[in-house]
Amino acid sequence: MSSRTHKPANRALSELRRDYQLWLMVLPAIAVVFLFNYVPMYGIQLAFRDFDFSKGLTGGEWRGLHYFSQFIHSYQFGDLMKNTFFISLATIVLGFPAPILLALILNQVKWVRAKKFLQTIVYMPHFISIVVMVGLLNVLLSPNTGIVGHLISSIGHTDLNLLASTRSFVPVFVLSDIWQHVGWNSIIYLAALSTVDPSLYDAAKMDGANKWKTMLHVDIPALVPTIIILFILSMGNVLSTGFEKVFLMQNSLNLPVSEVISTYVYKIGIVSNQFSYSAAIGLFNTFINFVFLYTMNWIAKRNSDISLW
Amino acid sequence: MQAQTIRSGKRSRGETAFDAAIAVLCILIFIIIAYPLYFVIIASVSDQTLVSTGKVTLFPRGFSTFGYGEIFKDSRIWTGYRNTVLYTVAGTLFNLLLTLPAAYTLSRPEFRARRILMFLFVFTLFFNGGLIPTYILMKDLHLTNTMWVFIVPFAVNVFNLIIARTFFEVSLPKELYESASIDGCSHFKFYALIAMPLSKAIVSVIALYYLVAHWNDFFTGLIYIHSNDLQPLQIVLRDILLSNQVFSQGAGSGGNAGGYAQQFADQVKYGVIIVSTLPILIVYPFIQKYFEKGVMIGSVKG
Repeated sequence: MSSRTHKPANRALSELRRDYQLWLMVLPAIAVVFLFNYVPMYGIQLAFRDFDFSKGLTGGEWRGLHYFSQFIHSYQFGDLMKNTFFISLATIVLGFPAPILLALILNQVKWVRAKKFLQTIVYMPHFISIVVMVGLLNVLLSPNTGIVGHLISSIGHTDLNLLASTRSFVPVFVLSDIWQHVGWNSIIYLAALSTVDPSLYDAAKMDGANKWKTMLHVDIPALVPTIIILFILSMGNVLSTGFEKVFLMQNSLNLPVSEVISTYVYKIGIVSNQFSYSAAIGLFNTFINFVFLYTMNWIAKRNSDISLW
Repeated sequence: MQAQTIRSGKRSRGETAFDAAIAVLCILIFIIIAYPLYFVIIASVSDQTLVSTGKVTLFPRGFSTFGYGEIFKDSRIWTGYRNTVLYTVAGTLFNLLLTLPAAYTLSRPEFRARRILMFLFVFTLFFNGGLIPTYILMKDLHLTNTMWVFIVPFAVNVFNLIIARTFFEVSLPKELYESASIDGCSHFKFYALIAMPLSKAIVSVIALYYLVAHWNDFFTGLIYIHSNDLQPLQIVLRDILLSNQVFSQGAGSGGNAGGYAQQFADQVKYGVIIVSTLPILIVYPFIQKYFEKGVMIGSVKG
């Protein structure tokens, strides 16, 4: 009876007998994740090999770092890195604080029905697909027929085509991203604010703090742990500007600022079939993301005791 | 006593200014978020000459359903719609079939492999093989250009798995299963007869997340599908909205000249935005609280 006296092998066996139904329930998920997430990791070696159509993921002749050096020495390298970093950093610098501010504002609304209504509205754009989002930008910002286009020309910028200018690509990309996701991203901060101990507010009132001071000294400190975790995660994505939106917003006129690593990988790999070269570029991208994530986590751990791992 | 009243009077003036500032900000936020959505609705039923000259701002003018008429005649949209509904329903069911039982297993404290398995799932969030190896794998498996590529790969979303697991951990304590197992209840039975009925809320949340993801999926069609009969709605939308192939026969795809045809093309675009987003927008007000709940549960354990 007492399993403690059994050998480890027997214990594992009896545990398996006990838990076989649990295993059966998790196995399909393991199979799918193994096949579609882990098997492609095996294919990373393609970045170091020539591609051979008969061999698939195993690849052909070993080429070492050949494709990496080809990428680093290619004439697009500088522009790709610059564009990718710039779009990501602009998205983080402007997009990261926006939901925090929105949550602080919404948290001040004491009229429950108005608050609920406003929340319903601001979450809504999150569910619009990226294709529709970019389509929306196209029809609204069009210089000839769009309502924002009219607004722009009415204040004197008649020659500015927001959709096809190298100057406006990043602002349009970032601001529309904030418009679409600020509400949704604020939920997590609102959740953090709802857990603040009410006695802290009472204490602040006793000390004569006004609403502004309460917000600064009670609300914002309550958000700090959430802010740090989300900030680390967003830094981990610094080089993965969502492929789809950039790709869909690209046109020949804004290409000098809108070609990023992920769109380039798509064009080189899927469209022109240079598998090894584009796999190397993709791996380079993943590697830099990982370094960023790791560094940010390390900094956060040292300075605040809050970290992902 | 007197000093206090003065102080509180002064404070309330500051408070009033603060409240007013919050109110103004809320109204501004409301307008910025809601107006573009509202504008698309009124523009889709207005006379396009008025829309394109900026004369339609608050109410529809020169009522016209030309755009919707064109959309209903367009077979590409019908095909895309049908495909997307199929992929969304089948895909979501398959997602739930894999995610929920796995989450249940991973939520059981006595299941000793849970930590290592959870790590292997979460690891895929931070590291992956990348586009090219994944693409070659799909080709080798003969999944490209079939409907299965929308349904089978990536059927387990790790975020949804974490949300479901956290919910099960909290709402199905160990003791509940233990007392059921004394009465001879197996995990299968417990899952089907006790866990699922107690978890309707979380099942809806996760089903909705998967549903929206399938409905909005553009990437899969772009990368893996080349036959028009299999393309989902989002690819058709891309052709209409962005590549300006508004009319299926090719006539009137006026280019960027901004001519007469372009105005009609724009009305089709406004209409198509509504038609494609309608299913989500109709159910959205009723299910919003579920979506919100998902984020709340997910944030407990990142």
